[in-house]
Amino acid sequence: MSTLVTLFVILPLATAFLIPVIGRVINGFQRTITALIFLFLSILSVYILINVNPHIYTYKIGGWEPVNGIPIAIYFVLDGLSTFMLVVINLIGAFAALYSIPYIKRFTAENNYYALLCLMVGGMNGVVLTGDLFNLYVFLEIAVIASYALVAFGVEREELEASFKYQILGGIASILILFGIGMLYWNTKSLNIADVSDILKNTENNKAYLVFTQVFLITGFGLKAALFPFHAWLPDAHSSAPAPVSTMLSGVLIKVVGIYSITRLFFNMFEISVEVSTIIIVLGVISMVFGVFLAVGQWDIKRLLAYHSNSQMGYVIIGLGMGMLILANNGSKPVAALSIFGGLFHLINHAVFKGLLFLNAGAIEFKTGTRNLKEMGGLSESMPLTYSTSLGASLAISGIPPFNGFFSKLIIILAAIKGHFYLLAFLAVLVSIITLASFMKFQKFSFFNKANLSPGRKINEVPFFMCFSMVALAILCLGLSLLIFPGVREIIIDPAVDVLMNTGSYFSAIME
Amino acid sequence: MKGMSIIVKKVTQLVSGLMFLYGIYIITHGHLTPGGGFAGGAILAGSFILLVLAFGSDLLKLKKREEGSSVVESLAIFAFLILGVMALFIGTHVFFKNYLPAGTVGNLISAGVIPLYNIFVGIEVGAALFTIFLALAIFKEEVLE
Amino acid sequence: MTLYILCFTLFLVGIYGILTQRNMIKIIIGLSFMEFSVFLFLALIGYIEGGAAPILSKNFESGNFVDPLPQAMVLTAIVIALAANSMLLSMAVKLYRKYGTFDIRKISQLKG
Repeated sequence: MSTLVTLFVILPLATAFLIPVIGRVINGFQRTITALIFLFLSILSVYILINVNPHIYTYKIGGWEPVNGIPIAIYFVLDGLSTFMLVVINLIGAFAALYSIPYIKRFTAENNYYALLCLMVGGMNGVVLTGDLFNLYVFLEIAVIASYALVAFGVEREELEASFKYQILGGIASILILFGIGMLYWNTKSLNIADVSDILKNTENNKAYLVFTQVFLITGFGLKAALFPFHAWLPDAHSSAPAPVSTMLSGVLIKVVGIYSITRLFFNMFEISVEVSTIIIVLGVISMVFGVFLAVGQWDIKRLLAYHSNSQMGYVIIGLGMGMLILANNGSKPVAALSIFGGLFHLINHAVFKGLLFLNAGAIEFKTGTRNLKEMGGLSESMPLTYSTSLGASLAISGIPPFNGFFSKLIIILAAIKGHFYLLAFLAVLVSIITLASFMKFQKFSFFNKANLSPGRKINEVPFFMCFSMVALAILCLGLSLLIFPGVREIIIDPAVDVLMNTGSYFSAIME
Repeated sequence: MKGMSIIVKKVTQLVSGLMFLYGIYIITHGHLTPGGGFAGGAILAGSFILLVLAFGSDLLKLKKREEGSSVVESLAIFAFLILGVMALFIGTHVFFKNYLPAGTVGNLISAGVIPLYNIFVGIEVGAALFTIFLALAIFKEEVLE
Repeated sequence: MTLYILCFTLFLVGIYGILTQRNMIKIIIGLSFMEFSVFLFLALIGYIEGGAAPILSKNFESGNFVDPLPQAMVLTAIVIALAANSMLLSMAVKLYRKYGTFDIRKISQLKG
């Protein structure tokens, strides 16, 4: 069993290294192998999620056992939260890879695209699996550098500019993270997350020093997660990338390198404090509110979606932050659990519906050649599948009942009311309404208005694999609503919530 | 890219071979002395870069070389991964375990698989740095056109 | 302590370069300054007064070693920074090819 854990890193990396060699000789190798590997990994992660969840597996790379209780090896840790994130990464990755098969054919450097995609997924799998601070940095950089290259994949003016901006801000973020890790190592002389948490708990610490480190880490990971004051790169990068890459960036990357890392470090490593959780909530609220207001005025489809990612990430952060604040204040545990559950639930929901929306935008661009809402219209007749799936996703993101987005938003709002954060609940409802308005505009201008396109251009449905990914994600949009029911919820999300609720359990499970 | 003067060419011819050997020395003694795969690989790449800079090259040749070096790079890093994965099948079945006998401290052939790792890292880094150099040179040539 | 302060000054110099310069290449140089200040910091935290190089050799005597782990971290981080920087530089060259300038004020198609 524990050997399977390493496959999540080995397989994507090995594929990434093989593609530039074999892909030259055998045409089609790169497409097939990438999709197959991602499908296999997503099946494996779902299997792990269902079968072996309550346990925490640790895997010591190189087989180095701890000496005198001090860990030497790099640890891979598979607990509830990691498994949950693995499912999100590999599932969305598989659909993005399937979607890429027809979509990327029009670009020249197919080999490079698939190799970079594999590197990105391998890096993200590493980020969620690792239990070592510096290893986290290394995997994070693998994923992020691959994403820099993927954003610039079109090599046109816009792509290059967006990628340059993204790289400068991402570079600063990486430096801040590395600096924070250095500060932690200076104090604790350990890099293992569980060990560091133990040392921080048991020794006298200079408070100012800890706050300094935490500020650096929050800024660094906040830049990667594009929380509001640090969001400038996100709309450019996410709208310039090819559609499957936008799906990966918006659906998975900002969650893994930003939110997962913040959650892991600030729940399980540092001791929970009121100040940090307040900062996190404030950042979340600002990005939720401002993101949606900036999104309303956009006419570029992908840019509109990118600003909505910003805003929806706010919900996730608020859910997690409220849980942290309630735990730090020794408030009622069920409310904290509900709040964290809402945050994680919204995380997987957002990955699915935002991924789907970016795929729809890519399909529209694939056929019409434009991303400007003013230049399209009347697509509902010529592209029925794209139309119906994007309608589902739009309803999900704006929180209309049978779809998954409604339930997660409902839970976050309920938790906010139960935890007496009335302003937060009000803002969450307000933002949801504005989101609905914004997506009504998207639907109206792209699918319903009179056709605005240049005459003579024939628009029909996109190729099979693109349709397949979109339909599968649309079904997931409906199916994930089931997570609200007790029987399903216990298997899939509750182990992840437990890891965050019992903040000390991470240490005890790994070091003993 | 234009070549340089005859003096530079002659000196480069003399020096680059020595540099190459020195790089190999650094790589193979990586487990005994400071250095190792990355430092040695950088020196290897340096010797190639020196040759290209001194003798010059045209765009086609540069592109051909870049293809070759990027294939070498991919193969080297893949071999590195294979070495790591092999530990899953040998002995205690742990990823990246050192499965060869350790030998005595100070001998050239000691420390198990670490020298092998060093060699592949050296090839990988040398090829990667050379690829980066060639890519930037190709971009420059394209801009000048 | 002076060393740490100098190190942090280097960090600030890098930030200053990124924030004030208009030339892409100079921005990249500023980013490298920040990177190298952090590497210097990592190497500094492993240093022990009078410590020997952490190499196990034949005639090995017991004594103080400097901490080898930050050195390994610095090497890894340098490799990563190398990849990131070469990527940035190639982007800058490509951008120069499209726009004919290195001035970031003139490279602004994306707005809003």
